[in-house]
Amino acid sequence: MKPMRYAGVVGAGLAAAFALSAPASVAAKDTVSLGIVAFLSGPAAGPYGVPGRNGAEMVIEAINKGTLPAPYDTKGFAGATVEAEYIDESGGNTKQVSEYRNLVQKREVDAVVGYVSSGSCAAIAPVAEELQKLTVMAVCGTPRIFEEAPREYVFRTMSHATADNIAAAHYVKEMMPDVKSYTGINQNYAWGQDSWRDFSLAMTDVMPDAKVSDKPQFPKIFAGQYGSEISALSLDDAELVHSSFWGGDFEAFILQATPRGFFQQKKVVLTVGGVSAYRLGKRLPDGVAIGSRGPYGILVRDRDTPLNTWFVETYKEAYGEYPSGAAYQYAQAILATKIAYDKAAEAAGSFPDEKQVRDALTGLEFESFAAPVKMALGNGHQAITEHMYGIVQWNEDAGELGLRDVKVYPAECVMPPADKTSVEWIEAGMPGAKC
Amino acid sequence: MTQFMDRTVIGLTLGFALVALLGVFVLPDWLMSQVLIAFSRALAVLGLVVLWRTGLISFGHALYFGLGAYTVAMLGKDLGVTEVLITLPAAGLVAAVVGFALGFIIRKYREIFFAMLNLAFSMVLFGILVKTEALGSTDGFSVEQPTLFGIGTEDSTVKLTVLFLAVCTVGWLSAVLVHRYLGSVLGSLTTAVRDNEIRVEYLGYSVAQAIHGKYVMSAALTGLAGGFTALALGQVDPESMVNWTVSGELVFVTVLSGPGSVAAPFIGSLLFELLRTYAFELVPYAWQLIVGGTLLAVIFFLPGGLWSLISKLGGRDRAAQPGGNRGEGER
Amino acid sequence: MNLALTILVEGLGYASYLFIVSLGLTIIFGVLKILNVAHGAFYAWGAYSCAFLIGELSTMGVSDLGTMIAIPIAALVVGVVLGSAIERTIIRNLYGRDEVIIVLATFGLFLVLEDVILLVFGVDPYFAFQPTLAMPGVQIGGIYQDGYKLTMIALSLVVGLISWIVLNRTHWGKLVSAIIFDSELAVAMGVNVRRVFYVVFVAGAVLGALGGAYIAPTISVSPGFGVEVIVLSFAVVVIGGMGSIGGAAIGALMVGLLRAYAVLQWPEIELFVVYAVMAAVLIFRPEGLFAPAKARKI
Repeated sequence: MKPMRYAGVVGAGLAAAFALSAPASVAAKDTVSLGIVAFLSGPAAGPYGVPGRNGAEMVIEAINKGTLPAPYDTKGFAGATVEAEYIDESGGNTKQVSEYRNLVQKREVDAVVGYVSSGSCAAIAPVAEELQKLTVMAVCGTPRIFEEAPREYVFRTMSHATADNIAAAHYVKEMMPDVKSYTGINQNYAWGQDSWRDFSLAMTDVMPDAKVSDKPQFPKIFAGQYGSEISALSLDDAELVHSSFWGGDFEAFILQATPRGFFQQKKVVLTVGGVSAYRLGKRLPDGVAIGSRGPYGILVRDRDTPLNTWFVETYKEAYGEYPSGAAYQYAQAILATKIAYDKAAEAAGSFPDEKQVRDALTGLEFESFAAPVKMALGNGHQAITEHMYGIVQWNEDAGELGLRDVKVYPAECVMPPADKTSVEWIEAGMPGAKC
Repeated sequence: MTQFMDRTVIGLTLGFALVALLGVFVLPDWLMSQVLIAFSRALAVLGLVVLWRTGLISFGHALYFGLGAYTVAMLGKDLGVTEVLITLPAAGLVAAVVGFALGFIIRKYREIFFAMLNLAFSMVLFGILVKTEALGSTDGFSVEQPTLFGIGTEDSTVKLTVLFLAVCTVGWLSAVLVHRYLGSVLGSLTTAVRDNEIRVEYLGYSVAQAIHGKYVMSAALTGLAGGFTALALGQVDPESMVNWTVSGELVFVTVLSGPGSVAAPFIGSLLFELLRTYAFELVPYAWQLIVGGTLLAVIFFLPGGLWSLISKLGGRDRAAQPGGNRGEGER
Repeated sequence: MNLALTILVEGLGYASYLFIVSLGLTIIFGVLKILNVAHGAFYAWGAYSCAFLIGELSTMGVSDLGTMIAIPIAALVVGVVLGSAIERTIIRNLYGRDEVIIVLATFGLFLVLEDVILLVFGVDPYFAFQPTLAMPGVQIGGIYQDGYKLTMIALSLVVGLISWIVLNRTHWGKLVSAIIFDSELAVAMGVNVRRVFYVVFVAGAVLGALGGAYIAPTISVSPGFGVEVIVLSFAVVVIGGMGSIGGAAIGALMVGLLRAYAVLQWPEIELFVVYAVMAAVLIFRPEGLFAPAKARKI
């Protein structure tokens, strides 16, 4: 009897295990569940996470109703209603990894979209490959994601940090040709380190006579107080200061540097300044050069295309402010996923499985809200787009922030070709760049 | 009376075997993953319990947690060693060696000074890691896929199951060894030290050496915990491995579990992990509030930790003393 | 020369804010023997309330300079309300418990208060830059320093002086000193220790909130920024000697100057240097640089 009973227990256990772990049916689905990750708390929540979530929320609502402008006016993802779960990105990389595992294994979402911080993305990418889950990165900038290893499940729907910094170097040459030396203040993690490395390398190509300072500053991310760093930069002879600060750190830096006459003393190029432009308004000093990580936010506010007009107006109506860069970028990631689902469904003739969606997203080219996007790098997993910079000018009449001297750089000018990593390409003198 | 198989050892063996069986045959992956992370942390908590029996609490054991985690991660990244039979013992060993060295200084301190000196050392490591670009600074870096007997796997469920069984085995072994140690003459000195150091000295034992031994033991266990956590998550970074909040969390779970039994850290850790997961899921904006509130509630209403509750329910409330004045071995 | 002067100014600026926060921490420790992790929450609450109030005052049309009135108001209100509430409900019921348990309780309290901030003030950062605009920049050592930072140095001197006078020249101060020296003896002499504990805890809370309120205009006040200051002020208090006011000053000066030197000359060691000094002080002079050596009670 005993062995039999034992077998019975194990059998019951196995049955229970199967019942619990039975894979969700792949056949026609009514809903697609997305895990959307953005900073909902912490210093990056206000400038990045919340607008990002708003952008995603607004576009998902429009997708479910089928009210996006043509050609995206079909309902849902391949007809399935999108259900979004929003997750907080704060708490450190290790926590993000365990939250990601929860999203995939416990909540069984169909895809994960989001991530602002380069740190989160670098940590998530290998786990996404391990758990084999479609993961569309919305914002994060480090080029390392697809340059370190080929990815099958991970995509990124905007240009990486290299574009910000090569475009910044070109813009400096165009607008501030007299600059003889430069320094920088960047955060002490992948994003800041990559940004400074790409910028200083690009400067040696674009403005070979300009000298680089030997004391660029790397404060800790989210440090919040930069008095000493501002003094160090002020004491430095370099005329130009490069910074890839973003979110709360960026805003704190501006507020602390302004009363010290820093922006009268130095020329400044801020690769992510555009993201906080609306939040700071008049407090963003006139004359600083800002980017918004591509054709997003304030840089494309007045672009008159049906998609962009819809985006700006709907956002303004829903949230009472202009959409910032993060809103565009999250919306773009959602849009790309929708297009991939729709295309895959069309090709398959039925609701697509995950592999078909990934295949459709690979190498995809589409018209996003403000500009065209090409999934051109990293075997078709990494997007390239055009890039833009402008100089801040307060518009007294309209009572809002504006830009002057906005320049557009084509994607092939600021992003490396598919067969080279960023550093290789810039070090080789950016051969084949089409500017 | 300490025989080889006393009640606690039998209980531990049955408990761990049950969890292992449940994990392999019943639990879904996400829950197994949570048990893995919880039991990994429980090893560190077990180490802290050893110290707590002497009345010492460290606010800096993230030092050893981080050392263990970074040892595993760096062995894979820099030397290409991914064999868990090498990396995990190495994690414990590195932590133990550093604990042994620092122990000569730390063993002279008690109370808040002991806590603070540990904190200072851990923050020194934090400061170094945050500024070291080769180790990814604030980002940290990914841990290479581990191998066992040279065999690796692409399948995440297989990897998870193997790690899960490993943590159950190591957890069981550590719990039994710590239990036996606490029951030994040397181990039971701990309580005596807590009560009156001078008396212990008169008995001819060196208090400093006794504390030093326990300190190394707790460091090794915490290093092992860090190593397991690094493997379980596939990622190490200073903020979530070495910062003072990690030490705080370890002490938190220690108090939550209570010092009553070597099984308590495992139960307490698991509850903490589940509490955090559900709090995070239900109230993403206020999960810290729930976690912090629970901590306060335990301090006020369950001074002996969860174990005291379990003991009470089991009618064995004599172990439910705050501060754990009673050894286990006497049962 | 310029460099030395800049290190001095930066160091003093940083030290003065650390001093105010640490002073609160150290008097609570000195008298109640509680290492209060929730001090970081007083700091954060002070900063949030101040930033919020400055914003409100500014929209009401108060001048930039006038908005500075928000700083003492926020510090007092937060310190008294939050400090009293916490002392009455939590701390009071923990006297006599293991000091480690008390530290942990304040850790739990800190976690709770952090999230209550989120619920009350939202996740968006607050800007309260108005007071810094009211102060002209001053050229020192070849670069502009903001005037606000210089007023902060002055404030810390005032706070230090007032504390010294209260402790050394008033009846209350003498009671406190007696308790710091030996609380059992003080009880035996008929001192109402509970009452002194309460007042000191609230005073410490006010100082913590004042530190936050004063720093608020120079930063973007955003969730989670109270975490960093806790360990930093721990370091200050440990370096100077737990429970000693002079010690807090010396500790803050050391941390401020070291950090300024590191940032300006040797950025790689910025974080490390503060805690290395803390460890060194604990090893060679565990009671801190300033606290009088006491015989260990066994």
